Amino acid sequence: MQLPLVGVTVMLERNVLQVYPAAESVVGSLHMAHTEWRDAPELPDFSLLKRLARDQLIFLLEQLPGKKDLFIDADLMSPLDRIANVTILKQHEVDKLYKVELKPIVSSSDQLCFLIRPRIQTVKWISDLVNADKVAGRFRRYKIIFTPQKFYACETVLEEQGVYGDVTTDEWNFYILPLDDDILSLELPEFFRDNFLEGDQRWVTTAGSALHLLQSVYGSFSKVYGIGRCAKMVYESWRELMEEGEQRTRQPEFAKVFLVDRDVDFVTPLCSQVVYEGLVDDLFRIKCGSVEFGPDVTSSDKSIKVMLNSQDKVFSEIRNEHFSNVFGFLSQKAKNLQTAYDKRRGMDIQQMKAFVSDELKGLKQEHRLLSLHIGASESMMKKKTKQDFQELLKTEHSLLEGFEIRECITYIEEHINRQVSMIDSLRLLCLLSITENGLLSKDYRSLKAQYLQSYGIKHLLTFANLRQLGLLEEQQAGETLTVMESKVGKLVNDKTVGKLTDAFSSLAKKSNFRALSKRLALVPKSGEEYDLRVPRDMAYVFSGAYIPLSCKLIEQVLERDGWTGLEEVTRMLNGQEFAVTGGSSSSEARNKTDAQRIVLVMFLGGCTFSEISALRFLGKERGCRFIVVTTAITNSARLLEALLDNHA
Amino acid sequence: MSLKPLDVHFKVHLDLKKIELYEMGWNLKDGLRECLVAAAPYGGPISLLKGHNRRSPSARPQLEIYSSSGLPLASFPWKSGVVKQLGWTVSDDLLCVQEDGTVLVYDLLGGFKRHFSMGNEVSQSQVLETKIFHSPYGTGVAILTGALRFTLATNIDDIKLRRLPEVPGLQGAPSCWAVLTQDRQSKVLVANGSHLFILDNTACTPVTPPGLSPQASSIVHMCVSFSYKYLALLTDSGHVWMGTSNLKEKLSEVDTKIKTPPKQMAWCRRPKSQQPSAVVMWDGLLIVVGECKETIQYHLDDDSILVPELDGVRIISGTHHELLQEVPGACEEIFKIASMAPGALLLEAHKEYEKESQKADEYLREIKEQSLLSEAVRQCVEAAGHEHEPETQKTLLRAASFGKCFLSNFPPEQFVSMCRDLRVLNAVRDYTVGIPLTHTQFKQMTVQVLIDRLVYRKLYPLAIEICRYLKTPEYQGVSRVLKHWACYKVQQKEESDEVIAKAVSVKLADAAGIFYSEIATKAYESGRTELAIKLLEFEPRSGEQVPLLLKMKKSPLALSKAIESGDTDLVYTVVMYLKNELNRGDFFMMLRNQPVALSLYKQFCKHQEQDTLKDLFNQDDDHEELGNLYVKASYKEQRLEARIALLQSAVDEYYKAKNEFSAKTTEDEMRLLRFQRKLEEEKGELLVGFSLHDTMTTLLSVGLHKHAEQLYKDFRVPDKRFWWLKLKSLAEKEDWEELEKFGKSKKSPIGYLPFVEVCIKHHNKYEAKKYVSKVTPEQKVKAHLAVGDMEGAAEAAIERRNESEISTVLSRCSATTDHLLMERLNRAKATAVKK
Repeated sequence: MQLPLVGVTVMLERNVLQVYPAAESVVGSLHMAHTEWRDAPELPDFSLLKRLARDQLIFLLEQLPGKKDLFIDADLMSPLDRIANVTILKQHEVDKLYKVELKPIVSSSDQLCFLIRPRIQTVKWISDLVNADKVAGRFRRYKIIFTPQKFYACETVLEEQGVYGDVTTDEWNFYILPLDDDILSLELPEFFRDNFLEGDQRWVTTAGSALHLLQSVYGSFSKVYGIGRCAKMVYESWRELMEEGEQRTRQPEFAKVFLVDRDVDFVTPLCSQVVYEGLVDDLFRIKCGSVEFGPDVTSSDKSIKVMLNSQDKVFSEIRNEHFSNVFGFLSQKAKNLQTAYDKRRGMDIQQMKAFVSDELKGLKQEHRLLSLHIGASESMMKKKTKQDFQELLKTEHSLLEGFEIRECITYIEEHINRQVSMIDSLRLLCLLSITENGLLSKDYRSLKAQYLQSYGIKHLLTFANLRQLGLLEEQQAGETLTVMESKVGKLVNDKTVGKLTDAFSSLAKKSNFRALSKRLALVPKSGEEYDLRVPRDMAYVFSGAYIPLSCKLIEQVLERDGWTGLEEVTRMLNGQEFAVTGGSSSSEARNKTDAQRIVLVMFLGGCTFSEISALRFLGKERGCRFIVVTTAITNSARLLEALLDNHA
Repeated sequence: MSLKPLDVHFKVHLDLKKIELYEMGWNLKDGLRECLVAAAPYGGPISLLKGHNRRSPSARPQLEIYSSSGLPLASFPWKSGVVKQLGWTVSDDLLCVQEDGTVLVYDLLGGFKRHFSMGNEVSQSQVLETKIFHSPYGTGVAILTGALRFTLATNIDDIKLRRLPEVPGLQGAPSCWAVLTQDRQSKVLVANGSHLFILDNTACTPVTPPGLSPQASSIVHMCVSFSYKYLALLTDSGHVWMGTSNLKEKLSEVDTKIKTPPKQMAWCRRPKSQQPSAVVMWDGLLIVVGECKETIQYHLDDDSILVPELDGVRIISGTHHELLQEVPGACEEIFKIASMAPGALLLEAHKEYEKESQKADEYLREIKEQSLLSEAVRQCVEAAGHEHEPETQKTLLRAASFGKCFLSNFPPEQFVSMCRDLRVLNAVRDYTVGIPLTHTQFKQMTVQVLIDRLVYRKLYPLAIEICRYLKTPEYQGVSRVLKHWACYKVQQKEESDEVIAKAVSVKLADAAGIFYSEIATKAYESGRTELAIKLLEFEPRSGEQVPLLLKMKKSPLALSKAIESGDTDLVYTVVMYLKNELNRGDFFMMLRNQPVALSLYKQFCKHQEQDTLKDLFNQDDDHEELGNLYVKASYKEQRLEARIALLQSAVDEYYKAKNEFSAKTTEDEMRLLRFQRKLEEEKGELLVGFSLHDTMTTLLSVGLHKHAEQLYKDFRVPDKRFWWLKLKSLAEKEDWEELEKFGKSKKSPIGYLPFVEVCIKHHNKYEAKKYVSKVTPEQKVKAHLAVGDMEGAAEAAIERRNESEISTVLSRCSATTDHLLMERLNRAKATAVKK
């Protein structure tokens, strides 16, 4: 292993030199790149965003003076908790807190305040409430605070229900929730379905405003790259905001921005996650940066809620590790801890006193966290080292490699027939379809029929949705899209072709996974040994089997400082790429400031923890740091659940 | 050159000067006699209504508007009712208050803007007297009605009429009254004989001015200062009482010795001045009263009116226009005869310097010795600001500049900005423009307002010139003026759409912050829809075009512009508007051509109008989506019959969509539902709504094997699935006998490894072992391992000479118990590797 590692280091040094002409210090630190990272640029302080949001919320609450009951959208509860806890709300005369449940309410307060996402359903519910009060002859004051913004459609509902004059509305511009030092979330899980499935672009301006907010607080960017239809629209909306607002000449705190649509890369979120943080998310579902570990993890009879971020020293060391390393690491850690405890033996009174006051608390805290994470990884190991999971992973890897497809189909079939897991079966089907560019008609029909037998025909709708998104398709005989385009192109002018292409590509996204994978070397050659303890590239986040497409694109574009040389790739991704030089001039961009080594990556439609881990790794390799802005944290289950249609 | 002595120069505690602003350009036959006159403050326009008392329709009165220099701006015969009062608003609009309480608003070029009423009460009892006043809230109108009640509106742009309380003991019209602004409220001060009252919203409070001479039996006239801070009262005994308007303090009292009631009275006082001074005007006589007993008297040749200003009084007569003001401190210091003030010395020094005399140095040294040079420069600059004569301004500024040369670190801003201000002031004071602003007034009104006033007068080139000269930020300056120009331009009926659109676009091309939508709105309002559309094309923000396009009923265009803007909310706005505007068919047709709008509307319908959604799909013949819609609806339906009916509709739609797969599947579902219900009724097992798989599981678990098999046959369930199902359910019930029978019934399509694994899962090693032998060779090792038979596993692995399998077995061996076995395996492994 010794030799190839040196090779990797040398190659990296060259890359670093290309990207950052004057980054000697980065090169110097690379010799210890895998252990400690000395030259990391400082990240901006994002807690400021929380303070801004809190102040505005308090201001809005005070617009309705006096005691009031507050109704909060269920999915706003956790984000709100990160911004303003119950104590703060109570200080501003919030009497009782309720969750919006779309049911009749029991509240004796004369003032009702609703803190909601701008959803038609919720507004309708409020209108019904107001009308019911009217019928009962009850007088109350109502205030709706929409976050992050209000939509005309919501006001239309108020108007149609005849309560427009009875309620006051306001906007709480809470665009961004910092989940961690390097993760910012819009907390809009519905962005994915609304934008990509329903074709409803209402959240585009929200994403634009979020970028604008970051820019106005932390300074402008020197360069913006992006790929995807939505990314383009978000950039446009952001640009318009920039032009309207006053221009501020400030030292930028980020060098570059990269916008990427989720539908550019569906493969990555569909793969099983095997990095610790991703795995915790897959198994226990991390919600708004915290997770609830059940009794099987805590080895007691109650569940414990834990915040998972860089504040947790144990977690921050293992979050990006492949889970096969985690257990070893944790047991080493436990031994160290024991040694630290053992120091007590043979201490005299004075030393003991010092030990108790200085170290014990830290040790105890570490102890607590350590035992939790050990519990979690035990429970993980129990589930994941089983035969089933190994075979599942093997199938996924075969699909990614394009190897033994027949066996994979048989496996999937069995998976469906045995009713192993509704979501997992669907996930495998989608992976199969994307990597194989659609299923053969025969397979498509039989797999679909079997799935419906297992889980009921309501999934006809699910399949319709999956087909619309290009996640699960039947191979079409005959003309390909490009042929059709060029034919149409002869008939009408270019602008219309652009529009038509848009329309087509949203209708039927051709996935060219195999070709892309070859071109970008996403799947390392099989047979080579991959030491997961010493990752050599981003593929380690998928056990060395696959480099996330989204992250690879980011790497390539940053390396090339644009899309040149990637024409073939972008064509296969349906184009829509762009690169714009931003506000600050190029001479400024060459400054050696820390800021120039911070890259903001915005995922439109959600990103997974595996991608974040991969980017963290890339950052270490390149001596830069990535800040991930996402509409929400996602994983395969969330992605597919968003496409089920049995709830509406 | 010699300096002009001051026009008037009194040394009686009060220094006044009278400056001739203009010789009036108008040609009035009878001067201002018999005219209703109103002149706006800050050098604003003058309006005249001649013969306003004439009531016969044959001789209509003429309304004329002039600039301050007497140049005509507008003139037209008055056709409305009897006007009681004219007045100007803060934004240079003319208010004409009629007898019936109607107020007509005209712009300064005589264009009618709007009218409003002062309420029923006023129109019934008629207007007796009116006062128009200005406050921080805008321009207000106060009316005394025939019923001797006051009605007041503080801001005519946001009319809230207030009727003030009754004045006790008021029999006829009060002797005089005025409007005050105090404590953020407009109040009326009324004198009834010698009694004085303050009327506010709620009460009428009697007040007494402190120290008012007792010999007066009636207050005949009163006036409030420009800032509402001071009040002057004139009594029938000819005394002028001056004090603060809150009536807490008396400043002075002077006897004019004239007992006849005056025509007008006004304060003449500059801000921060220590000396109170008021001007009282009778026919042919003007008296200035101040702090001391003596008064200053002027003779007036002609009928005049007084226009109170922030820092003085303007006197307008039929021929002349003059400004009377207290001499500013700086000017007095410099121009006082034999003044030794630093400014005066500096002026002298400069004069000598021009003459190339060494005296210049002497003067300079004298100033410098007292280290007053910067004070001298400051005085000269300030004095220049108060001078109206450009030559004097220049002399003073040159002196200041000269003095500045001998100072290091003297901040230049004051000097520079004064030079700029004066240049602007001289330009607007010009006879042709006629806005005689003083520097103090200019500073108070700000450049923005001055630009507005120029725009009202349509003096666009001058306004732009000033903006550029003062480097006003583009969007507040040049762009704003250009926008006004364009709004005016589009109303010019005589020019064609093309010409105007071109002219506008050329002029506005690179101006920042222009909203073409506003100009287009103006064009539309003046009835030029085509022009408006042309202008909208120049608007780069498509979002801005939408509201107007909607207003102009250009809905398709509005919709595509909204979509172009990328603002979904805007698209929604248009869609909702169209929904109410068009009939359903047209509306759907329009949506059909706009996929973005359509998908948005569908979203809306999903939550609000399910039926509309169906219509939409119907119109598009989108049978696939219709099918999906029915399937979805079926899940919400509780009653089975209705559910099946909905599914049948879905089947029909799927067939229409040529989607046989979905149709067949849905038919299967219907069959399944019927089957489930039948069985529910017969056996009492809850089944309806289960998937096929779940149904079979349930059936098997309760022992209804026959029925499960029936489903297996009827629904073409794959063998594999059925075997898995049956295997699992038998194992669950631990019906090992039946399981064995089942295993032997025919060759298992899923192999026998699952049999082994399922048995182990239910902790039955004994049963599991039964199937090990049946497992295929490839799975033998796994099967042996599953039942914990290490030897068997080793045997199988060695037999197959498979290295990885041998390794797997090895890894499961424990070093203590399986010692021998491991040796064998290792040997076998060695040979396997060799091969």
